[in-house]
Formats: sequence, C-alpha cells, structure tokens
Amino acid sequence: MATTVPEPPKIEERRDPPRLGIDSGNGGRRNLVPAGGDLRSVKDYAPPPASTGIWVVLASITMTFAAFTSALIVRQGSALDWRHLSLPRILFFNTLLLLASSITLEVARRQVGSFMSGRRDAVANPARWLYITLFLGLSFVAGQYVAWLQLRAQGLFLATNPNSSFFYVLTAAHALHVLGGLGGLMRVISRFKRSILRKSTLDATSLYWHFMDVLWVYLLLLLWIKL
Amino acid sequence: MHDMSAHAAEHHAPTSFIRQHVFSLDHKVIGKQYYGLALVAVLVGMVLSWLMRIHLAWTNYPIPGLHLLSANGAPGNVMTPEYYLQLMTMHATIMVFFVLTTAPFAAFGNYFLPIQVGAEDMPFPHFNMMSFWVTFVGFLVLMSSFFVSDGPTLGGWTQYAPLSAIGSASGPGQGTGVVLWATAICIFCIGQLLGSLNFITTTLDMRTKGMSMWRLPLSAWAWFITSVMGLTAFAVLMPATILLILDHVAGTSFFVPSGLVLNDQLQPHSGGSTLLWQHLFWFFGHPEVYIAIVPGMGIVSHILITNMRRPMLSHRVLVYSMGALAVLSYMVYGHHMFLSGMNPVSSLAFSFPTLVITIPSTIIVLIWMGSIYGSKLRINTASLFALGFVSMFISGGVSGFFLAQPSIDIMLHATYFVVGHFHLVMAVAAIFGIFGGTYFWFPKMFGRMMNETLGKVHFWLTFVGAYCIFMPFHYLGIAGNVRRYQAFVDDYLQPLIPVHRFITIAALLTGAAQLIFLYNLFHSRFWGKPATGNPWEATSLEWSTPTTPPPHNNFGDKLPEVFHDPYQYGVESSTGDYVMQASPEKVKSAHDEA
Repeated sequence: MATTVPEPPKIEERRDPPRLGIDSGNGGRRNLVPAGGDLRSVKDYAPPPASTGIWVVLASITMTFAAFTSALIVRQGSALDWRHLSLPRILFFNTLLLLASSITLEVARRQVGSFMSGRRDAVANPARWLYITLFLGLSFVAGQYVAWLQLRAQGLFLATNPNSSFFYVLTAAHALHVLGGLGGLMRVISRFKRSILRKSTLDATSLYWHFMDVLWVYLLLLLWIKL
Repeated sequence: MHDMSAHAAEHHAPTSFIRQHVFSLDHKVIGKQYYGLALVAVLVGMVLSWLMRIHLAWTNYPIPGLHLLSANGAPGNVMTPEYYLQLMTMHATIMVFFVLTTAPFAAFGNYFLPIQVGAEDMPFPHFNMMSFWVTFVGFLVLMSSFFVSDGPTLGGWTQYAPLSAIGSASGPGQGTGVVLWATAICIFCIGQLLGSLNFITTTLDMRTKGMSMWRLPLSAWAWFITSVMGLTAFAVLMPATILLILDHVAGTSFFVPSGLVLNDQLQPHSGGSTLLWQHLFWFFGHPEVYIAIVPGMGIVSHILITNMRRPMLSHRVLVYSMGALAVLSYMVYGHHMFLSGMNPVSSLAFSFPTLVITIPSTIIVLIWMGSIYGSKLRINTASLFALGFVSMFISGGVSGFFLAQPSIDIMLHATYFVVGHFHLVMAVAAIFGIFGGTYFWFPKMFGRMMNETLGKVHFWLTFVGAYCIFMPFHYLGIAGNVRRYQAFVDDYLQPLIPVHRFITIAALLTGAAQLIFLYNLFHSRFWGKPATGNPWEATSLEWSTPTTPPPHNNFGDKLPEVFHDPYQYGVESSTGDYVMQASPEKVKSAHDEA
C-alpha cells in the first residue's frame, strides 16, 4: 500500500498576524510569530550524534560508580570489620601510565585532526601516538593485574574482608571500562587506516579515555581515603 | 536539503533473511522484535499469575499438569508454599522488566521515535541491535531458572537481603536461582542502557529540519524523558546485582550481616548491610515504575489528541509535568522503605516529595480530563484504551496518596492494598497504553487495520475484568490481608477467601478475553482490511511516510521538513480539519504555534 504525501495546494502568500491575548496559546507563550516572519527558525545544524552520545555514556558510567561509592560508604559504616589495607605501590605507577596515555592521546588527536583536515603542519604518521596510547593503556591494565597479585600475596582476596572486596570490585569495574576504551581506540585506528574515521568518533573516544583517567584518579583517592 | 542526518544509519536495505528479520539494524524491525518479546513475556507472566491466583483461592487443590512444570515444586500437582513464592517472583520480574519496560518504551519507542523526529534511523544502529539481543539473552537467562533443579528464586522481584544473599540455605531457588535472576537483570540493564543511549541521541541530534523540541509529539517527549530516567536508574541497578552475585559466588558480604543464624547454623558472613540493598534497589526501583508509565502517558496523549481533533489544553505544561515526574522520582524512593527500620525522620523526608510528586501527576490527569471535556472524541478501540488508561491511572493513583504517609503505611505496607495500588496505576494502565498504541499504530506498522468490533469487545471485557480483579485488593488490604502469603490460614483471613475466589475467577476470565486480542492481532496482520497511509487523519510525521509500512529509510529519498506544531487539529486546510507537520500549507493555526 503506497501512500503519497499530498501536494500542497496553491495558497496565496498571506500571513496571519499573531493573535495575542485571545487564547491561552500553548501555556501562555507569546514570543512566537514575528510579524511577517517565518514561523520558526530552527537551526540547520545538529551536533554529530557521537558527541552527544558520549556524554550520555559518561553519565551512566558516573551513576554506576556513584552506586559503588555509596555501597562502599554504607558498608564501611554498617559494621566493625573494616580493616584498613595498604594500597599496593604499583597503583601510583599505574596512575602515571594512565595520565601519560591521556597526554599521548591528546597529541594523537590533534595530529590526526590536522592530518584529516589536510593542514600543512600534519605529520606523516599521526597514528603513531595512537599506538603509544594503546600500549600505555594495556600497560595500565597489566599493572592493575600486578596490583591484584601483590594484594593476593598479602593474603587479601575478594572475600577476605570488605575493603579487599571493594578494592577488587572497583578496580575490576574500572579496568573493564578501560578495556572497552581500548577497544574504542583500536576501532579508531582501524577506521583511520581505512580513511573512514570521523572526527566526532575520534573526539568521543578521546573524551571517554580522558574520563577513564579522571575516574581512576577519583577511585584512587577513594581507595586511599577509605580503604 | 540538509545533511545533518548523514551521520545516521548509513546502512542500505539488507537482502538476506537473517539481516532483514533477525540481526537487523533497522529500528523498525528492532521495535517489532521487542514487541514480540514483550508479547511472549506477558503471556508467560499471565499464566504465572493464573497459577498463583488458583492456588490462593483453592490452596490445597491439585492443578492438573503442574508437576510437569516442576516435580519438586508441585508434587502430586499441589503447589508447595515455596513454589508459590517462586512463581510470584518470576511473575513480577517478567512483567516489570520484560513487559512494562520493554513494550511501551523499547518496542513502540524504537519503532516510532526516529520516524516522529524525522530521521532515517537511530544514530547507533549496531548498539540498537545489540540492545535487543542483549535483552533477549537476559530473558533466556531468567527463564532458564525455571529449569534448574531448585527452581527459580523465591525472594520477590525486590530480592531483599539477607534472604537473597545467603544462598541455598534460605530456601529452594536461593542458590542458583538468585544468581540466574541477578545475572539476567544485570544483562537486562546493559540492554536498556544501550537503548537509552540511542533514544537520547536520536531526540537531541536526529531531528529533521524544522523539528524543534517543542514541535515533537508528546509520545516522543515521553520516550525521551523515559530514556533519561532509564540511563540513571539502570546504571545503579547493575552494580547492585553485581554485588549480589558476588555475595553468592565469591563469598563476599556486601549485604549479609554477621551473626546471622539460619536453621541453627551460623552463616559465614561478616558485617554486610541489608538496608544497603534496599537503598540501591529502590533508587532504581522508583524511577523504574515511572519508566513503565511515562511512555504510556505519551502514547495515550498522542492517541487522545488525534481522536479529540484538538490539542491538549497545554502542551508545554504536560511536557513539564512529565519532566517533573522524572526528576522527583529520584527523591521519593524511600517510601518503599518506611517500615524498613530506617530513621523515622527519613520517612518524613521521603514522604514529603512523595506527596509533592502527586502534583505533576494530577496536573497531567487534569489536562487530559480538561482537554477531553467538550471535545467530540472519536470513539475507536485506540481512544477507548486511552480513556481506560486515564481511568486506571486515576484509580490506582489515588490509593498512592494514602500509602505516601508513613502513619497510614504502617497498616497498609505489605498488604494487598499496595498490590492493588501498583497493579492499577502501573501494570494495568501501562497495559492499556500498550493496547492503545497497538490498535493505533498497527495500520502504520503492517498496512492493515485491526478489527474494530473485536477491539471494542476486547476493551470492554478487559476494562471491566481489570476492575473486578484489582478493586477488591484495596478492601483486602484494609482488612489486613498480608501480601506474598501463599495461603490464608489465620482466622481473620478466612472471611476474605470468597473475595479471593471472586478475584481468581475474574482473572481467569479476563485472561481468556485476551485471546480475542491475540486473534485480532494475528488475523489482522495477514488478512486485515488494507489501511491507507493516514487512517486516523493524524498530523505527526509517522503518518507522512511515503509508503505504509514505512520504507527501509523511513521517508524515501527525501527527509521531511517540518512546518507546523505536532497537533494542528481544528484548522481549515485542504486535507480537512488538520494540517500535517510536514505539509508546507499555511493555515490559520488552532493555537499559537509554539
């Protein structure tokens, strides 16, 4: 069943004057039809979906870790079995790795951006810094695993006491999201190599990665203060 | 021509059967898949409710064939008390998650939101496809708990700790059953988060030229507001279920306190907080019930306006009220916890916003009623179900005023009064919204009309039947009938058993009446009267697609341009008493254009 949109009839060009004060008009809005003007100037431009989408994603990740944080705070207050643990040293080194990866990602983003827009100061191989970021990110995850091994060496496992539980849960949740970010980076590299990378994709992936950074610093502070 | 939606789904029409109907990137197919999932889920949930009702009314009577479903749960076809609780838990879980969240939001929203904003598809079609299949896997994981030896979990859909967290020592289904439940819900959360991502970015970024936010139909606003709620609510349920799973499989003690003795055995846990689970769960749980109802509000508003042939009294106030519901829904969750033992001052702190949240709800209802009054509402099945929604929402809503007050809630908490409240205000109202949406949008989705006579019979039987089932619940609750009991053996409950029998018979008959709907649905799909592209003479963009059902990219080669508000009815135009949003025809508008 095909239906066609009806053809607009020929109507003379005559605009109704704005009818002010006659009826309620959509909740009293009066700043509507400018005299003689077009009904509504709506911008032609809409932001690329990836840039809105990434904020949506970051909002939900924030809520997830907010829930974990409140669970930690309540759990600490609910019983007397909270035995402080000392954070494995490697965590601070991992933090530096992650911060470095953010810096390298920013360098990469700008280089890829100028390469894609064909600017004269573009370098020959902008993907190099992307690979470095990838390497640093993987090193971070490996370093987190080493931190877990160090904790195990102290006899602190997932269920040993509530602190250790939260340590593993928080770091594991963060590491999983970092792995997702690494997947995103690999996707960016792959699309760049095939010349189908969109700037919004690159920007969104970078924002996600920087957020992982910020999130980790927050978690480190939380673990340091609370655990 | 503009190119802003060039980013969207740049996917061409697929050709293979698998890519067209199974792993499809097309939001319309995904919407229909969600609808199918919800249909299966509602049938399962309804059958579970029949088993529950029969057991409540005739407690020790055998139900033929029940032992085939579970030999442990129904030896000799007589349901054990534990099995009643297991069926009850599954009934609620399936209905709340896989029907009430899935059908009004994911099914209709996926199908119609991109079309109503004037887009080719959603901006992240792969995530969209994933969201359906992830939800489907969640459903399978949940259903698999029926087939493990212990059966499904029996802790209620709320899964309060410590019952949910200790493990199989606390009853059948509390070991594997809980882990499967929590895993299924965790998976479901992921699916919904992916869906919310698409809905939000579609509404914000994919609107066609001329489609300002205030020109969006009310259903599109409702889906947008719901997706924002879903984003934050499901993101909190997911960690809660993860912690619950860890308590089961990893020996952690997030939710189980120390010193708990069960069956003369000291449980090997330390220092967890049972109240923590309630806080985490209800922080999700209350927005969840608004996630269940707000899409229905949007759909019903949309249907009513089309049939009233005039816009609502105030479009903007309706939108603001739905937004207020969403914001306030996060502040009221403690009203589920008045009797949890938390500080009574907290009860006051939660009771106040709970009473405040009745204000936007009432405003919405009054706008509906005020708009319908004096209109010549066209009566068809869709508008009947829309009216039914309003009726159920009011009936269920007023009992909320009582429950909102801690002093009264002391008597009514965990009685049938609460069960009557939420079934009417959320479950039945949302189901009426789903039915209304089905009858309204079926012609667009399938190019055929559903049978009106059967639809009206379906409506009246369901409307009367639902009231017969759920109104007596309020009386039972006030009489002290406790909920989640599998049988009523106390003396004070004996006089209430005839009421329960009446309810059970009503439930079975109302359930049988749904066969009319099923028949209508399937028969019309293949043999219904062919529909025109705009059988309801409606204005929104879904009715201006070039073909019915819409083509793969919704609008053919050229995306529409929007010239008008969504609800320009009661005007004089070349098409009649309405002008479509995409029509460039200039008419004297019904209300000032937004």
